[in-house]
Amino acid sequence: MGTLAEEIFSRRVGRQVRAGEIVVAPVDYVMSHDNTTPIAIESFKKLGMPIWDPERVIIVFDHMIPAPTRQAAQQHRDIRDFMAENGLTTLLTDGICHQVLVEKGYIVPGGLVVGADSHSCTYGALGCFGTGMGSTDVAVIYATGKSWFRVPETMRISLHGHLQPGVYAKDACLALARTLDVDGATYMAMEFGGEAVDGMDISERMTLSNMSIEMGAKAGLVEPDERTLAYVAPRARDPFEPVYPVDPTYAREVELDVSLLEPQVSCPNEVSNVVGVTEVQGTPLDQVFIGTCTNGRLDDMAIAAGVLEGKTVNPNTRLIVTPASRDVYAEAARLGYLQTFMEAGAQVNTPGCGPCIGRHQGVLTAGERALTTQNRNFKGRMGDPTSELFLGSPATAAASAIAGHIADPRQFV
Amino acid sequence: MARAWKLHDNVNTDEIIPGRYNMTTDRASLARHCLCEVRPDFPAGVKPGDIIVGGRNFGCGSSREHAPIAIQTCGVVAVVAPSFARIFYRNAVNIGLPLLVCPESERIEEGDEIEVDIAAGTVSNRTRNEIYNVEPLPAFIGRIAEAGGILEFIKTYGWEGVGA
Repeated sequence: MGTLAEEIFSRRVGRQVRAGEIVVAPVDYVMSHDNTTPIAIESFKKLGMPIWDPERVIIVFDHMIPAPTRQAAQQHRDIRDFMAENGLTTLLTDGICHQVLVEKGYIVPGGLVVGADSHSCTYGALGCFGTGMGSTDVAVIYATGKSWFRVPETMRISLHGHLQPGVYAKDACLALARTLDVDGATYMAMEFGGEAVDGMDISERMTLSNMSIEMGAKAGLVEPDERTLAYVAPRARDPFEPVYPVDPTYAREVELDVSLLEPQVSCPNEVSNVVGVTEVQGTPLDQVFIGTCTNGRLDDMAIAAGVLEGKTVNPNTRLIVTPASRDVYAEAARLGYLQTFMEAGAQVNTPGCGPCIGRHQGVLTAGERALTTQNRNFKGRMGDPTSELFLGSPATAAASAIAGHIADPRQFV
Repeated sequence: MARAWKLHDNVNTDEIIPGRYNMTTDRASLARHCLCEVRPDFPAGVKPGDIIVGGRNFGCGSSREHAPIAIQTCGVVAVVAPSFARIFYRNAVNIGLPLLVCPESERIEEGDEIEVDIAAGTVSNRTRNEIYNVEPLPAFIGRIAEAGGILEFIKTYGWEGVGA
């Protein structure tokens, strides 16, 4: 008996556990990327133990790929050397870690995966307990295959009703961030449900789960259903058995009717600083960015292409589109979306984190303003500390790129 | 006696060490850029023994361990705040940077002379002549902290030592 989080940990450790207990649990996989692996390597060496299971340690290059500087190239070189020395063979360079782990079947319902990246909570969309930790915790998992967890209390989020045309999972999530604030779910698991979530495909659920950390959560879980199983079945690398909540007791329940929700925009410099798009439309933009682990998937590309079809990016702004993975990129090319973006005047980047972390492929200078589909708008996140970031859906981003200022996407859909 | 560096609510790890400066594991370089954009006077002004006093939800955002490493390398001996974000909290405990959960820390002002007594669980504000209580660490986390971090804990006890 318990919430989805409690049930996942109970099965892991072979006894019924409750929120608040400390457990040591084995993980399915551990992931670190090109930015967090170097410190993990240092910690792993201090530990002086061998690798637990070379098949289950995944390294992804996504934060600085292709390498934008000699320093980044050296970091990649050092990681490749470490992998060779330790018999590690799973180096993924196909796009953003969270997207690639899901696409390639490392994530299954009932699973437990730790990543050295805060958005590892994305895996919750498939009913897998995914959570972010730092490099040293991850180094301990490289060596032991286990970590300690405080079984979290759960906040049940029920999204009722149906989203209007032009309003998406991203908008629902931003509305939730306004309600809960940036620490409303700290130390807790969020468990998303309700008819709006039932109606979402996996990609949209990944957007919800991805942003659960922006409210402080440790995980953002969605109970598996037929859509989950249909998505996972052809991909799963390991046999799996889904886990479901059983007579759960929630620490808190939050209800949100999304039927009347308008497109939402998060304003600088805090994710919870959210207003309806009509309150900020007209705000001039220097740059618009569509991509990231939050909104860089095929459906996001389709939505943006639908808005941009036959239109032109405003000459006062610039549009950057970065598909989240090689699969998304290839499929978006095949379906003509990339052609649409390029004809509209967008720059299409290779898959990866890109400008979301302000290192390359679209960095902002002093005083510039951008609207982006990413998950956080911290001060200076995309470049200069005086630049400003607004967050919105791919539709809002595409509409804003055409207008040259923040625009309501509902006129285009 | 240590100087308090008072920061706002929701200090995120991008503020502690911006993404442009964390493409390295070089401790000195991380320390040089610690809080460099939100508190430009910090990297040059901080002295060994100083204390950061944050607002609620200190350390939110990215999982980058570069953040507590940068703070620790600056010589900061503790971070005091009413609450901490989860990943930062684990990272700090793991590397042996003391975090003190102190609901009354809002009373501390920038530049106050303060002192922490980790064993006693108190923060003394010499400037204001006040003493604030610190919430005790959960027992298991206390054991990791006592060991000096998670690497030392695992080397000494292994996971069997957890008793969970």
